[in-house]
Amino acid sequence: MTRKDYQVYVGMASCGIASGADLVFEKLVEAVSPSIAVEPTGCLGICFCEPLVEVRSLSGQRYLYGNVTEDKLTRIINEHLLNNQVVQELLVPYPQQVRFALQNCGLINPEDLHSYIEVNGYSGLRKALASSPEAVINEIKIAGLRGRGGAGFPTHLKWSLARQSLVQPKYVICNADEGDPGAFMDRSILESDPHSVLEGILIAGYAIGAEQGFIYVRAEYPLAIQRLRLAIQQAMDYNLLGKQILGTDFNFDIQIREGAGAFVCGEETALLMSIEGQRGMPRFRPPYPVDKGLFDCPTVINNVETLANVPRIMEKGAAVFNQYGTKQSTGTKVFALTGDVKHSGLVEIPMGTTINELVFEIGGGISTGGQFKAIQTGGPSGGCIPAELGATPVDYESLAEIGAIMGSGGLLVMDDATCMVNVAQYFLSFASAESCGKCTFCRIGTQKMLEILNKITAGQGELQDLETLEELGKKVAAGSMCGLGQTAPNPLLTTLKYFRPEYEAHILEKRCPAKQCQALIDYQIDSELCRSCGLCKQACPVNAITGSRQEAYQINQSVCIRCGLCVSSCKFAAILISAGEVAS
Amino acid sequence: MERIDQIVKKHQQTISPTIPILQEIQAIYGYVAPEFLVRVAELIDVPLSTLYGVVTFYTQFRLEPLGKNHIQVCHGTACHLRGADQVFHAIEYESQTSAGEFSVEKVACLGCCSLAPVANVNGKIHGNLTADQARKLVKKLKS
Repeated sequence: MTRKDYQVYVGMASCGIASGADLVFEKLVEAVSPSIAVEPTGCLGICFCEPLVEVRSLSGQRYLYGNVTEDKLTRIINEHLLNNQVVQELLVPYPQQVRFALQNCGLINPEDLHSYIEVNGYSGLRKALASSPEAVINEIKIAGLRGRGGAGFPTHLKWSLARQSLVQPKYVICNADEGDPGAFMDRSILESDPHSVLEGILIAGYAIGAEQGFIYVRAEYPLAIQRLRLAIQQAMDYNLLGKQILGTDFNFDIQIREGAGAFVCGEETALLMSIEGQRGMPRFRPPYPVDKGLFDCPTVINNVETLANVPRIMEKGAAVFNQYGTKQSTGTKVFALTGDVKHSGLVEIPMGTTINELVFEIGGGISTGGQFKAIQTGGPSGGCIPAELGATPVDYESLAEIGAIMGSGGLLVMDDATCMVNVAQYFLSFASAESCGKCTFCRIGTQKMLEILNKITAGQGELQDLETLEELGKKVAAGSMCGLGQTAPNPLLTTLKYFRPEYEAHILEKRCPAKQCQALIDYQIDSELCRSCGLCKQACPVNAITGSRQEAYQINQSVCIRCGLCVSSCKFAAILISAGEVAS
Repeated sequence: MERIDQIVKKHQQTISPTIPILQEIQAIYGYVAPEFLVRVAELIDVPLSTLYGVVTFYTQFRLEPLGKNHIQVCHGTACHLRGADQVFHAIEYESQTSAGEFSVEKVACLGCCSLAPVANVNGKIHGNLTADQARKLVKKLKS
């Protein structure tokens, strides 16, 4: 067996590995290596089809197999790899998207520098080093690149302010503290294409005149950290980092700093405090980090996706970037599309794509059989947008207009079985737990708002609570120093604005229309559907279920804690949830 | 304590080494014992109160050792909507009888939202969990 006419790639980012890609990889290597090369690659973005195996022929044909189980893998090996017969029925379609920032994700081997160089890697840096720093900044300005972390500040402006400062040393920091629950764009980029991020940092460093860079990355992303370390080592070996890079006078080093689990450290001044070894509490701005950043030196802090765009812009020219998007929001944006949507995963869309296009065309519609109810962007800082506003284009300005934010790219789709009061409660409990405690409004205000929401979801709310919530929300936003507190009321305020009747149902009728709030629902066993198997009785942790094979099973409502274990243990869907009055 | 001295020495070249030192100690011992803090404070000349403030600010640091099995239940948004609470309760109930065997905690987001709800059980991610599956997972670890 001496066949070199195929190369096989296995999607080995975190999602893939969690779905079993590591086993697939091992099996492939065992079966066909070394006659056929088997390599890891990053995230293709179609997480709902993991594990993924791609077969590439020497003639450039690519075949993508999805949901690869052991049986399927055996067929792929026997029929395609060993017998040249494509297994048509196992193929899955490639995502039909513009890919600019994600260009290399799922294409190259993230652990191999040569694989990156083969796709023009580091040619952006070469071009940058051959021109003046001002020209580099100007190219970014023409491209119109804005911060992809969510706030949308023009990148060139940050760079030119830092460039103008006469204070030395200067620093570049890559903000990879992707703390928004429900967002994994940065993780995927770091795991799939770490050299693009390094190249972006190098170009930023050259542009502002810095010699030291930091990557502040969440400790919860071990694979990303491992691949970054490897990439840094490789770059040093090839003189892409270190002294006199590529024979020029440009010196640059990059250190990795692991976050230690604090959401607020995604805020740039808190991040600085954390790198300085202190509690991650935000500082007043101004002075902005470009004037007084890390150790009071001029510092540019850019998000992972922003920096991943930079080498592509330098390599291909600003015009290739800004042909996408709208006038004020150029380029593309990467979203982590999750929730009740069929094709969940990582998607890249031109700015200005509408919410409906995103949910129905790219996302394939609602996965649960329910109705599209709302999307949530920007995590705990963002807002809930109702389905009625589905024609809204996704760009910085349009989203801000309807009370939401672009955010870093978490985009959660919700169906009609989602309780919006519960969503607001969830995000507020997150914000109040993550508040660093520096500002009174954020520290106590988020706590108070959460208490009121707890009261409402427990069926003890009063109508007046809604006004109190609105008032508190506005005050917390106005009285907080950093982005966390300023935006923490957003999920609450937008759900109050667009889904007020749901709040009123909880308060006036003591009813949760979506049947989610535990205190407002009860579980009942349908005696027609029940087959008396007893699984629910075994599953119940508090012995609330009585019955035997002869008599029908029943739930004792005064004992039931509504944990839902019985529902997931029942094989016949015989346990029904009703949204009645308070049950006990 | 010699080990602590070595770790601190290793980070001599690091710019503002406090957090990297504490992280390495925790990676080796599983937690940051108070006596380690005292030693680190001496060595890097940072007040003990500051170190204590840092350790208690960040959720990553633990002042007590972990149980034999470490389970993190993801409470990111996608997981929350898909029943993370039920999964957490199932794991909590199933594990509470064996004291010291299990450390069960809620974490913000493990970044595997497409597989929601997920839990990280001793370093391996388990996706698309139901409460029932989660319970069985813990049961298996107990035997």
